[in-house]
Amino acid sequence: MKMDLKTLVICAVLAAAAPIVSVAQAGSGVPKMPIFRFENFTTANGLPDNHVYSVLVDDERIWAGTDNGLALYENHVWKTYTTKDGLAHRAVLSLALDKRTGDVWAGTMGGLSRISGGRIDTYTQLNSGLSNDVVYGVSVEGENVWVATAAGGCKLNTRTGQWTLYNERNTPMNEIWVYGVAAKPDKVYFAVWGSGLLEYTQKTGRWDKYDDPDGENEIVLFKDQGLIHEIVTSVSYVDNIVWAATYFGGSRYDGRYWHNFLTKDSGLPSNFINFIKGVDADRAWFCTDKGLAYYDGLNWAVYRPSLKDGRPEMTVRDAVGKVTSVAVTTAPTHNYILGIDFQGSNIWVATAKGLSHGIPQNQ
Amino acid sequence: MIRRFQIITGAGIKVLTAALLAFSFSNGGAARAAETGAENGFLDYASPLELLLSPDGARLYVLCQQSDEVRVLDASTYSVIKTVTVGRVPRGFSLSPDGARLFVTNAWEDTISVIDTRALTVIDTWPVGAEPSSVVEDRAGKRLFVANRISNDVAVLDAQTGAEEKRILAGRGASYLTLSPDGSRIYATHIYPNPPRVHTEMDNRTAPESEITVIDAARAVVVDRIPLHAIAGVFHLAFSSDGRLGAVAEYHPKNLIPIAHLEHGGYFDYTLTVFGADVGKAPVEIPLDELERYASRPFGVAISPDKSRIFVSCGGSEMVTVIDVPKLLLYIHVHPGAFTQDLSASAKYVVAHIPVGHDARGLTFSREGRSLFVANRLDDTISVIDVRGNRVVQTIKLNGPNDISKLRQGEQTFYTSRQSFQGQIGCATCHIDSTFDGITWNLEPSGFGRDIVSNKLIEGIKDTAPYKWNGGNPNIPTECGPRTEKYFWRSENYDSLTLADLTVYIRSLSPRPNRWKLPGREQTPAQERGQAIFERSVDKFNKPIEEYNRCSYCHSGPLGTNHKLFDVGTRKTTDNSALFKSAQLINIALHAPYLHDGSARTLEEIWTVYNPDDKHGRTNDLTKDELNDLIEYLRTR
Repeated sequence: MKMDLKTLVICAVLAAAAPIVSVAQAGSGVPKMPIFRFENFTTANGLPDNHVYSVLVDDERIWAGTDNGLALYENHVWKTYTTKDGLAHRAVLSLALDKRTGDVWAGTMGGLSRISGGRIDTYTQLNSGLSNDVVYGVSVEGENVWVATAAGGCKLNTRTGQWTLYNERNTPMNEIWVYGVAAKPDKVYFAVWGSGLLEYTQKTGRWDKYDDPDGENEIVLFKDQGLIHEIVTSVSYVDNIVWAATYFGGSRYDGRYWHNFLTKDSGLPSNFINFIKGVDADRAWFCTDKGLAYYDGLNWAVYRPSLKDGRPEMTVRDAVGKVTSVAVTTAPTHNYILGIDFQGSNIWVATAKGLSHGIPQNQ
Repeated sequence: MIRRFQIITGAGIKVLTAALLAFSFSNGGAARAAETGAENGFLDYASPLELLLSPDGARLYVLCQQSDEVRVLDASTYSVIKTVTVGRVPRGFSLSPDGARLFVTNAWEDTISVIDTRALTVIDTWPVGAEPSSVVEDRAGKRLFVANRISNDVAVLDAQTGAEEKRILAGRGASYLTLSPDGSRIYATHIYPNPPRVHTEMDNRTAPESEITVIDAARAVVVDRIPLHAIAGVFHLAFSSDGRLGAVAEYHPKNLIPIAHLEHGGYFDYTLTVFGADVGKAPVEIPLDELERYASRPFGVAISPDKSRIFVSCGGSEMVTVIDVPKLLLYIHVHPGAFTQDLSASAKYVVAHIPVGHDARGLTFSREGRSLFVANRLDDTISVIDVRGNRVVQTIKLNGPNDISKLRQGEQTFYTSRQSFQGQIGCATCHIDSTFDGITWNLEPSGFGRDIVSNKLIEGIKDTAPYKWNGGNPNIPTECGPRTEKYFWRSENYDSLTLADLTVYIRSLSPRPNRWKLPGREQTPAQERGQAIFERSVDKFNKPIEEYNRCSYCHSGPLGTNHKLFDVGTRKTTDNSALFKSAQLINIALHAPYLHDGSARTLEEIWTVYNPDDKHGRTNDLTKDELNDLIEYLRTR
């Protein structure tokens, strides 16, 4: 990775100004990266299931999509919504908040549910225009709810009730297994498992497709020439920057240039990325099968239970590749990370064995 | 348009009251329409629906549904100050907190008229959602909340510009809004039950579920939904001035049992749900009915300023029911648990039934709280009730025609419950505001538990004979005459003149504007594709579709029916026949559930769930996209 001085300065300034980045260890020479104390939640303290697919911060409330229902953490108490309450399916894969209305949209293995003031309305492929009941991703943009399903993407206009389907018939989607979606008023991105990244420009209705220039080769021949891999699992779009996760590395795209991340030349703990969430144009969190990684535009931090002995572990990798271990006493409850959301400078992390709340310690 | 106005006072009141009562209890032998050219059309009625008093108590605003007006009366003399023309079919109105602006929802025009109350002119007209039915401004004067009946939501508008900020999900048929006394919350009610939340094999035989949607006025988000179990049809909600007592008028149908039980009493409960600090932690549903004295079709609710009385207008029973609040609260606290179906309960707290006019609707108090005004929609009058004496002391006539047209007579018959056994139900009980109720019924024409049927929208049905799902009634007089007498009223039915007038009214019901059609009747690409599927004669494999199995054959013509019966594979074990009349498609998007027994909760389910053998049209060759297109087209019908 090459960076000129200007870029370095901008990154440093942005990192210092950002609320989520705090003070690093004094005098150690290690880049300033956030240190967290993790509070972990499992079935032992109220979660309905330890397999947490998704997490969503709604101001002071935390929603956790688990393998056995949708859990809401409010006033230090967990409440669980199940199919008996109208939830589409017990396995809640994805969550999105409509900030305007406060409604929460939950993508499940059996349809899409809208949770509004405690009432749950469910859309399935049988009772609505939803393209498929397996809903991997959901994103709210104005009055539209964009959905990633196992049979293409779709959009529900909540005002008119009209569904629009996006699949191989009307988009450049070669495969219809859509794993993620990120929608904003200008662009919508679909993360397609095996078919790269699809970009929809709302104003023009134009579709663009971003593929791995190496084709289906598992060897990266042309790094930073395009998307890192065709198997895209997650996408985040923030500050006009696309952050894309694949099972073979991560990508950042600014509309002109690609910047890819692999374990061999970044601080990523694994190329197998389940979920990605950008903080802004420069910073992002990577949820991998070997821990949670934070990238501040220059440096990396990894948080996880040690893969060797399970002890809490935090490592920092600086811009020149020097890796430093930081002494910590807590870590996310498991290294298989499936999702993340932000609550100010706090983070909430979905893992395969519980939910973790990261409370910053070095502000 | 000539506006006449009369005040009837003194001895005249007694005469009028007696005349009204005699008229109300008659079987149509009373006043008849003069033989004028307008007898089959709308005479120039006002049809007052809602009432408001200005903050200074000087003016009484009258929302006139049929004449599309707001009439402004002097609140002391009741003389007309001015008549302000608004949009089509106004349904709700409210004043800004300072009283400077009056907002009116124009239900069939999807707009709000903004009236400057100083100049009494419309100064702005703002577009809103589908069928706006109620409007309220927050205390800060920043936001306007509008309940949209067809789009099932509450629109949030900038109160100064009318620019829409967002829509909030409300109950199905969102219709009435109330600001809490402290201004912090807005309570929204809805007239059709919400779809069942959990899908079961018996979705069409579940009790209806409704809610009170509670909106944080400052943040404009839903913060609670108070469940109303077994309720279908929720109307006005009122608070006591201290905010400790809330009450909402509602219907509690017993659609899971055969209608034969009407003869046992209490087939259709009319209730209030009361809630708040005075009631306790949980809301309590209280019956308004007594045996042989039903409070049919409760609509308006007003709590006296001193919180001693709750007044409820009951349009079907043509009366105002008066509840003694201390007695009610005592009864609730002494009798914990459900007593909704106890027809002896209301005698403990209902202290008066005040006869008023036809289809009593909106209520409002005079400024000092001594008088209660009642809008008698189908009499073009306003009753003035002395709240201490519980009696009508004056009837304000809104200069409607003296003649009662056949149409008007028919409408009065449609909206009264006096025809049925003990006055329990009327046409409008299940056809709310001349529409439908969104639930299924066991009318047991051929035995208990047999032939479950879904209620349908009746607008535009005049040319859709035969009637009933089994096509058993060849015309409207048969449908509404012998059938109604036998299966609904369980009592002596209309005389022939009354039935004729009722038929005139039902035939007059024209469809409301379709909200999915684009202006100019152009179609969206999806609607165009859907129409092609609707009209196709060859399936996707180029195999001809038999004529009887094409959408456009059974659902032909502008009404969407060829008037014939078909077996479309939807017969249930409870159905005596597999043949059902092809349903008309008029505004089909509005009146879920679908199929004869309401088993399809959505249009999609007609084909995704209930058409496995392609008997209800050839559809199993369609992709999901194509089915969505077909539905987009159907929604324009």
